[in-house]
Amino acid sequence: MSVKPAYDKAAAEGRAALVGYLPAGFPSREGAIEAAKAMVDAGCDVIEIGLPYSDPMMDGPTIQDAVHQALVGGARVADVFTTVEAVAATGVPTLVMTYWNPVDRYGVDAFARDLASAGGSGLITPDLTPEEAGPWIEASDAHDLDRVFLVALSSTDERIDKITRASRGFVYAASLMGVTGARSAVDTGAPRLVERTRQIIAKNGGDLPVGLGLGVGNGAQAAEVARFADGVIVGSAFIRRLLDAPDPAGGLAGVRELTADLAAGVRGRA
Amino acid sequence: MTIDTARGAGAPVPDAEGHFGIYGGRFAPEALMAALDELDREFTAAKSDPAFTAELDDLLKNYAGRPSLLTEAKRFAEHAGGARVLLKREDLNHTGSHKINNVLGQALLARRMGKTRLIAETGAGQHGVATATAAALLGLECTVFMGELDTERQALNVARMRMLGAEVVPVLTGSRTLKDACNEAFRDWVATVGHTHYCVGSTMGPHPFPAMVRDLQRIIGVEARAQVLELTGKLPDAVVACVGGGSNSMGAFHAFVPDEGVRLYGFEAAGDGVETGRHAATISGGSVGVIHGMRTYLLQDEDGQTIESHSISAGLDYPGIGPEHSWLHDTGRATYAPITDAEAMEAFALLCRTEGIIPAIESAHALAGALKVGKELGPGAVIVVCLSGRGDKDMHTAAEYFGLMPGGTAE
Repeated sequence: MSVKPAYDKAAAEGRAALVGYLPAGFPSREGAIEAAKAMVDAGCDVIEIGLPYSDPMMDGPTIQDAVHQALVGGARVADVFTTVEAVAATGVPTLVMTYWNPVDRYGVDAFARDLASAGGSGLITPDLTPEEAGPWIEASDAHDLDRVFLVALSSTDERIDKITRASRGFVYAASLMGVTGARSAVDTGAPRLVERTRQIIAKNGGDLPVGLGLGVGNGAQAAEVARFADGVIVGSAFIRRLLDAPDPAGGLAGVRELTADLAAGVRGRA
Repeated sequence: MTIDTARGAGAPVPDAEGHFGIYGGRFAPEALMAALDELDREFTAAKSDPAFTAELDDLLKNYAGRPSLLTEAKRFAEHAGGARVLLKREDLNHTGSHKINNVLGQALLARRMGKTRLIAETGAGQHGVATATAAALLGLECTVFMGELDTERQALNVARMRMLGAEVVPVLTGSRTLKDACNEAFRDWVATVGHTHYCVGSTMGPHPFPAMVRDLQRIIGVEARAQVLELTGKLPDAVVACVGGGSNSMGAFHAFVPDEGVRLYGFEAAGDGVETGRHAATISGGSVGVIHGMRTYLLQDEDGQTIESHSISAGLDYPGIGPEHSWLHDTGRATYAPITDAEAMEAFALLCRTEGIIPAIESAHALAGALKVGKELGPGAVIVVCLSGRGDKDMHTAAEYFGLMPGGTAE
């Protein structure tokens, strides 16, 4: 199931979609599933499950910590599929966000096949651009999966054209030049990037939604982003709640509270 | 011209996207693509810009001290099956290793692109020192990322970088060695790419780095080829180098790749032995995957998680290898083999005692390999060994290894 209908539903309600990220295996195998379900209950429209990887080159300290904990706790690629299966069963479309090597190692077609059979919607690939994505484009076509590539503030129009043509489900606009992690303010270049991306999609006759991520951590920022993007993507702030909680119940309560704040934000009520 | 890639029409040149066969390419975040494209364009333009190459040639000659010598190691060679051993003396370059060749080129390129800050990863600290040196020379800011474990075992180089005005950032994540320093450098670069050039220290990373660093290092082999021809009247039987990321070896090999009669040997760090799992021998003990922006051989588990490497040599303690080496391995043009810590340290001591030259522990892996190659090729064979760096930085490690510390027992 593509994530596109979830974006369309949010748009029909006159708001942005809320996309929440958590790595599989964090804070534990079961804990990640419970936290993701809490995010669904409290108002996330799309869930991204991160595949914990030893060398998260694009992640800041918060996600590095979470992923490290997951790996020390014994998280395996198979856990990603079971987590996706449990979360997708709620009816909310569930993507996997992963660095490329674990997929390459698993076998691109086998990964696509197992993700599809777990009910997953597709992949977000932070270190794979369309140039190197030949096998993934083939596999995602064969298994009817979304392909979420990223555009950045530094992307030329030519690259945005190539990336949006290759994307399916939505395109991920990185709101700032930097790694993941909550920031105090949304980069001033972000609205312009979303606008450029939308114009290029429209010129090509497409209707791909544009989600904006990196740095968003609270309802007020979500409201600001919701004014110009189709989706608001939040990751590190959820992890922060789980890391800072005194116990698992407190972590889930924190995740619910943050989701509610963000969900109000994407509805312009923060 | 310094960056002469014209010779060797049969030499491996990557395709436009930086692929050496199935290896290399560009597995990098979109945020870096514009900078990588710019770097590719600017380097291509600079290579054919006489003003750029003249400035680089001048720095290589009058600042770095090139051409480096080719020294015949007669007493060392007595242990190498009667072969003649010729040392390409990159240890005599300014800053003490081959790293300066690459860094001077990239620093000039950074200035040409209007960048005001250099960042670098470093393992043994040789690349960090070279980058800090070039930054000081050209008036650029400099930040060097170094695994915390390496800052401990290479403390002298940390002090050198700081003396040169660079900021040294100890990296506390993962194995706290070179691979983690690379991750941190990429994280910095994606946030600072507007004014910062990432001066990658080896023939690794996303395109164009592997080909660019090779082009800047191939002067090693270009000089060595001419020197050995002048000395012996013929091409050598073998060229031998150590391989971590692979820049001194790629630099030494490249000019010889079209010379089919010249055997090329790359020696990887086998740590405690490939069979123990505690090693950094990527080709001997690894498999193909993606790391740090390139497809290549790497040490990984069945889930594609990087396996931490181990070597007594900080400069070779890296779980990947430059993609052109993976290609040379698959095509059979070059041969890669492991050298253990113990074999390297034995060769280290041997060169000290027979030639009065203290090599870097990295280079000692090449020396240990040369002893084996010499025995294999037999009397009269001519072997060029890339002595990639000097061993001053390794005195602490060597003194501990051989029990030479005050109060310890001499060998």
